[in-house]
Amino acid sequence: MADVFSLYRVFAIGRKEFLQLKRDKITLAMIIGLPIVLLTLFGYAINTDPKNLNSAVLSRDNTEFTRSVITGLKNSGYFKIEKEITTDKEGKELLQSGKMQFVITIPDNFSRNLIRGDKPSILIEIDATDPVTIAGAASSLQGIIKSIIIRDLKGPVAHLRGELPAFDIEVQKLYNPEGLTHYNIVPGLIALILMITCIIMTALALTKERERGNMENLLSMPVQPIEVMMGKISPYIIIGYIQSIIILLMAKFLFHVPVLGSVALLMLLTLIFIICNLALGFAISTAAKNQTQALQMSMMTMIPSILLSGFAFPFYGMPLWAQGVGGCLPMTYFIRITRGIILKGNSFIEVWPHVWPLLIFMLVVTTFTVRIYKRTLD
Amino acid sequence: MNKTELAIDVKNLSKKFGNKVVVNHIDVQVPKGQIIGFLGPNGSGKTTTIRMICGLLTPTTGAGTCMGMDIRTKADEIRKKVGYMTQKFSFWEDLSIRENLEFVARVFGMDNIKERVDNALKNLGLAQRQEQLAGTLSGGWKQRLALAACILHEPEILLLDEPTAGVDPKARREFWDELRNLSEKGITILVSTHYMDEAERCHSIIYIAYGDIMVKGTVQEVIDSTKLVTYSISGDDIMGVMDKIKGNPEIVTMAPYGDQLRISGSDKYKLEHLLNKSTKDKITQAEPSLEDAFIFYMTKSAKEEENG
Repeated sequence: MADVFSLYRVFAIGRKEFLQLKRDKITLAMIIGLPIVLLTLFGYAINTDPKNLNSAVLSRDNTEFTRSVITGLKNSGYFKIEKEITTDKEGKELLQSGKMQFVITIPDNFSRNLIRGDKPSILIEIDATDPVTIAGAASSLQGIIKSIIIRDLKGPVAHLRGELPAFDIEVQKLYNPEGLTHYNIVPGLIALILMITCIIMTALALTKERERGNMENLLSMPVQPIEVMMGKISPYIIIGYIQSIIILLMAKFLFHVPVLGSVALLMLLTLIFIICNLALGFAISTAAKNQTQALQMSMMTMIPSILLSGFAFPFYGMPLWAQGVGGCLPMTYFIRITRGIILKGNSFIEVWPHVWPLLIFMLVVTTFTVRIYKRTLD
Repeated sequence: MNKTELAIDVKNLSKKFGNKVVVNHIDVQVPKGQIIGFLGPNGSGKTTTIRMICGLLTPTTGAGTCMGMDIRTKADEIRKKVGYMTQKFSFWEDLSIRENLEFVARVFGMDNIKERVDNALKNLGLAQRQEQLAGTLSGGWKQRLALAACILHEPEILLLDEPTAGVDPKARREFWDELRNLSEKGITILVSTHYMDEAERCHSIIYIAYGDIMVKGTVQEVIDSTKLVTYSISGDDIMGVMDKIKGNPEIVTMAPYGDQLRISGSDKYKLEHLLNKSTKDKITQAEPSLEDAFIFYMTKSAKEEENG
């Protein structure tokens, strides 16, 4: 029967939604504001590159060189030299207890060996349980120490400058040797923001109509469930894209996150993720009785996504059951896709293992929703 | 037109919500082209019946047809032939009048949308306000928009659920003139209302209470069926008379109208006796009104409900 599905009716509903959205200034503000606020928060206010980290120095070689290194570390702003210690044991205890995040050990005769050209080593031990916190400081350490020593290598020992490196820096990340860079946050944020907007928007789409009494009217018109669904989610696909573009532009120009992979590929796969979340939101909307309930149900799907998708914690560091739950969430796969494409320059073949679970999720949720959508008021 | 041709023909229709019977085995027949008034106290099952007829609720028992199409299996086709106006305004308040109408036109897959919407706006006097958001309209204008939207797709049946609640008399009169026009064009109208003057404008009425049909027929048939006798007392102390005889089982309805007191009862002899005993004022016999008939049936149905 020709009347089972009509793209024209989908368009009619989509157009109506778009008009309503256009007049809903608060929602519009949220759509544009959410990515800007979240990115700014994660980028600046929630400092992923914190300064003044508690550090201890164990200096077995008290010379002008070593004192200069310690001063230089202080001046970098990253390190707050809380304590000068005298034994290895003390250093281990400070790291273990979490009082210090860095212990810097300068060995015996460092200066003499340096001048002799014996390439002495400085040992830096880092508490890496919170890798995001220490990442900035850790990566700056080598540079700081090198530049100080080079500066101090003058007069008779100036020739050592040319034979770099005149010394080694040995970094030991303790407790979480894998480590994550703070770049990880931005690709994750794309997923997070799209998820929040798409789920909440559509979760409210039907409940709002039900509460305002429009639903009875809509049901008395000759529209099919799939048409209502497609029509209602279509404007939000555009909105999802607007948000993605805002995030990517901010990431590139404000936070200087390199985008190594294909932006076109990222945008294509973003569409699948957007539809997954819109379908999920629509399912919530169909099941919920009112807007409050819809919001509660949205929270219940969003919180596991934030915690178990690899956004908040490293995925493979979670217990197996949590990995199992995370494996059912679209955000888990999309985070891998965005990180893969943005940070590693992955191609389609490389991200495919994360794409098909999204496609299956989309299909299952859509089918489920169309089946539970009631065409009567029973 | 063939009088026996029915636009709506449903039999034995019931609806239960849980254990509560909202509509109890009723038959509704509406001949084509007529205006049928659907009356009854609040919560009597009017809305539920209308929703079952247009396929928004699945009947617990019973079956029937709407424009010859089965209400259980052909809900999709029925939707196209029926214009349903909900009790609560259900168009989109954040869309303008024109946008609402255009949306309806598109959903019904109509062609020449602009022209049809323009005509609808003109016919119902909405043209000047077409850009106004529906949410900012007053009750009468909202109702006019709802009617315009309901008839836009040229339905053969209109189901109107208390369309004039909260609308001023002038707007109500214009609304009913429009219904009459539609009826003249052959559109069948089932309209629920609480207003007696509206009921009197219908070809016939159906009175429903507690999910049961109490009576149906023309206004005169309904009044006659009560076998009520009505008296009118005029005098200076009608409130005194009222206090004196209030609660007497002979009285079915009693209400003051200006300086007159109208009293109806079922037993002519006993009522006359009671009135003569209670007042020295002039008593004249009057015609029972539709309102008297409704109060009679409301009281009757309430008693029956109490006695199970």
